[in-house]
Amino acid sequence: MANNIEVGEIKYTPKDFASDQDVRWCPGCGDYAILAQVQRTFPKIPGIKRENIVWVSGIGCSSRFPYYMNTYGFHSIHGRAPAIATGIKISRPELQVWVATGDGDLLSIGGNHFIHACRRNVDIKIMLFNNRIYALTKGQYSPTSERGKITKTTPYGSIDYPFNAISLALGANATFVARSIDRDAKHLQSMILRAAQHKGTAFLEIYQNCNIFNDGAFRLLTDKETKEDHVLYLEHGKPMIFGKNKDKGIVLKGLEPVVVDLNDGKHTIDDVLVHDENDASLIRAFILSHLTDHPDFPTPVGVFRQLFQPTYDESLNQQIKDVTEKLGKGDLEKLLFSGNTWTVSDN
Amino acid sequence: MGNEKQTEEKQIREVTVRFAGDSGDGMQLTGTQFSNTTASLGNDLSTLPDYPAEIRAPAGTLYGVSGFQLHFSSSDIYTPGDKPDVLVAMNPAALKKNLPDLKPGAMIIVNTDSFDKKNLALAGFETNPLEDGTLDGFEVYEVPITTLTFNALEDVDLSTKEKARSKNFFALGLMYWLFERPLDTTINWLKEKFKNKPVLIEANEKALRAGYNFGDITERFTTRYKIEPAKLPGGTYRNISGNEATAWGFIAASVKSGLPLFLGSYPITPASEILQYLSKYKNFNVRTFQAEDEIAGITSAIGASFAGNLAITTTSGPGLALKTEAIGLAVMTELPLVIVDVQRGGPSTGLPTKTEQADLLQAIYGRNGEAPVGVVAAATPSDCFHMAIEASRLALEFMSPVILLTDGYLANGSEPWKIPHVDELPEIKVEFYKDAENFKPYARNENLVRPWVVPGTPNMEHRIGGLEKANITGNVSYDPENHHEMVKIRAQKIQNMQKVIPDLEVDGDQEGDLLVLGWGSTYGAIKEGVERARKRGYKVSQAHLKYLNPFPKNTGGVLAKFERILLPEVNMGQLAKILRSEFLHHGIIQFNLVRGLPFRSTEIEEKIIELFGGGNNGQ
Repeated sequence: MANNIEVGEIKYTPKDFASDQDVRWCPGCGDYAILAQVQRTFPKIPGIKRENIVWVSGIGCSSRFPYYMNTYGFHSIHGRAPAIATGIKISRPELQVWVATGDGDLLSIGGNHFIHACRRNVDIKIMLFNNRIYALTKGQYSPTSERGKITKTTPYGSIDYPFNAISLALGANATFVARSIDRDAKHLQSMILRAAQHKGTAFLEIYQNCNIFNDGAFRLLTDKETKEDHVLYLEHGKPMIFGKNKDKGIVLKGLEPVVVDLNDGKHTIDDVLVHDENDASLIRAFILSHLTDHPDFPTPVGVFRQLFQPTYDESLNQQIKDVTEKLGKGDLEKLLFSGNTWTVSDN
Repeated sequence: MGNEKQTEEKQIREVTVRFAGDSGDGMQLTGTQFSNTTASLGNDLSTLPDYPAEIRAPAGTLYGVSGFQLHFSSSDIYTPGDKPDVLVAMNPAALKKNLPDLKPGAMIIVNTDSFDKKNLALAGFETNPLEDGTLDGFEVYEVPITTLTFNALEDVDLSTKEKARSKNFFALGLMYWLFERPLDTTINWLKEKFKNKPVLIEANEKALRAGYNFGDITERFTTRYKIEPAKLPGGTYRNISGNEATAWGFIAASVKSGLPLFLGSYPITPASEILQYLSKYKNFNVRTFQAEDEIAGITSAIGASFAGNLAITTTSGPGLALKTEAIGLAVMTELPLVIVDVQRGGPSTGLPTKTEQADLLQAIYGRNGEAPVGVVAAATPSDCFHMAIEASRLALEFMSPVILLTDGYLANGSEPWKIPHVDELPEIKVEFYKDAENFKPYARNENLVRPWVVPGTPNMEHRIGGLEKANITGNVSYDPENHHEMVKIRAQKIQNMQKVIPDLEVDGDQEGDLLVLGWGSTYGAIKEGVERARKRGYKVSQAHLKYLNPFPKNTGGVLAKFERILLPEVNMGQLAKILRSEFLHHGIIQFNLVRGLPFRSTEIEEKIIELFGGGNNGQ
């Protein structure tokens, strides 16, 4: 174990981030993979100090996550993790605050806190474990379940339209919006590291398989035979090509995306849309987010958008500094006796 | 200058004045200015603003009437007065609405300019009350306030509409003349308030002086009233409202505990002002966070508490309901947190701008599971300062949520406050636990309080949460015996607060037939009512509970010394219910009036007399 008395940067191993608690997700759950990738990635975060990490969660399978990380942790109540994380971060800006949450926790009961955390650009990292089902309550449909889904509460098929979590985060002006998949270890690690290094609200949606209540929800994106034709890896500055032979590309016709065959003699790689994650306009980011679950398009993963803006916590603490400089450090005695006062003499 | 007019000066002990007009007429401002000037003259005073929930209800209507009542005196007073001696009515609706409240023979000053057909109709007068005898028996002064204001502002570069806005300052000036108050407090305030709009300083000052001079010159006003300063204990005083005192109390608690203050809150009447006040004091290292909803208000505060702040959230009844689940989380995680409930009329949206005491049971019991918290209540506007410190002290020293109950009456009411020096305020002992070797998150001290270890402390990383904890280790536990033990520990921890809270004091005889017991904002009315009854010869004692969970340890003993306990509450008997079940006292007499208004002291007095068998004097 790392010794904190040593001067200089501490070298951690993945084990340093594992707590002494037995992990109690169902065998085969995608959550194990996410936990492993987080524990593998954290030692790579530049300047990381374990005591400055706080994991906050709400309720659900994913929300057990903090118990398994040997960092500070807070397993709270349903939906409220982003608000608790906000309170921690803005009062102690030196802490690195992470939220582990699920599709019910973040997008249903906690939807309000989620959009407002994004809007404010609080420097917290939100990892959404999206399995498109309520699993801890044993199999009811969730706000990301597809329409028509048969579950315990929708025996004749769900009539709800699902949320597109990426579009929601973009619409709420999150400054870092990304997606990865539990089974894609390398990609997931790189996205966790990118989120960790982003300053501002970082939203990372992770497609996570629930092998008990919604097994195979992302099969097309994870099975060897199908994934290359169904996943589009977004990379900044690179053309959007996909497919087994990397011969399909996304082209924009006006505002309409289309898939083109690069072998058809009519299109070349130069026609293909080049990804710009720093594009200030939301239009192309929305076009990409809406490729999700579309029968004619691959589902994009990677960083949809990253912007660099002052964060809420840094602005708040700057304001405190500025006001203190201007007015001087608060003096309670002076405050109490300020303004309209009068004196009564002792008789 | 004309002839010197003859003015008589009348010395009086106390007077109750009510300013009333349209909600856009600036009556709250007029009342506040009169209060501040009166306070600075050394009178004791108490105020009661009464305004509609609508910001600007249609002009001239009864439901748009906004009032501000002020009771001031040359001796101690405890309430804003029962029935006004003086009414300033800026329009017919204000007259109509307030007429039934006036003392017989009260002075009424009306703005005759607003008594036109339209306004009379809006107020529901079929004939003009100034002409039809409605006001017979009152001392009526008809003053064309709007016209006189226009005349005074003839040379001021403002539109007619803008000039009309200064008419409340004319009325204020006239009242200053009538009660011999100086103008400088208000003029200084104007100069500060409108320093970027000099024309408004000019207009309002001119209107104010014109009102004052009108009183001086007009033959109609022949009497001025003098109220000597009250004999208050020596010291420096200020006038303070309950919400302001609450905000300052938390700043004081932050200073005394050495912890930064964090407020997570969502605007709600009548609590929003606390958030507004605290947002100003950034140089006291105060962080205010206007959250997206009530739940985020409290949960952000819980996060800040976990992170090592003095964390608070402020709300009113409906907001407390929304925060319920999160309070349970703070109980389970044993984190310090103060929740302020500025009670208002309920249920649901209820009466947002009116006062009530009906959240007591919600505060003490309103959570799922066995979820005890500390509950304290302020008795007067300035007492909010001390109780905010007390709530913080209990929360921090016992690692527990504490609910501070105030109400709309305390929040908006004001009174002179003898300002304490910082070194006279109680110390709040807080220590973050740093011994990594022996650290167990749910270990307990002699009061059953667990250690507070904040993120950022090396080698003490630990997890807390809403699932049941194993005692000592704090690991998740579903063990039946452990749960039973933890339920008892959490209850006993709250009971242990009794060790550090003051005993219940009895004013008057320590035992006897009748004790009038109150809690919260009924203090002033009870005190005044009891004193009046005593003057009439009745033997009656008074006690006031400021600590409601746990009760002071001598509470049962005090109650047992009295045959009968009269318990006035602005609810249907919530404290009565608890006291009966806790102390099995059979002589508790409920006195419940739930009108959105505080008790009047005469109501208490009459009730006491009734309990002694009617009009006959006591021994």
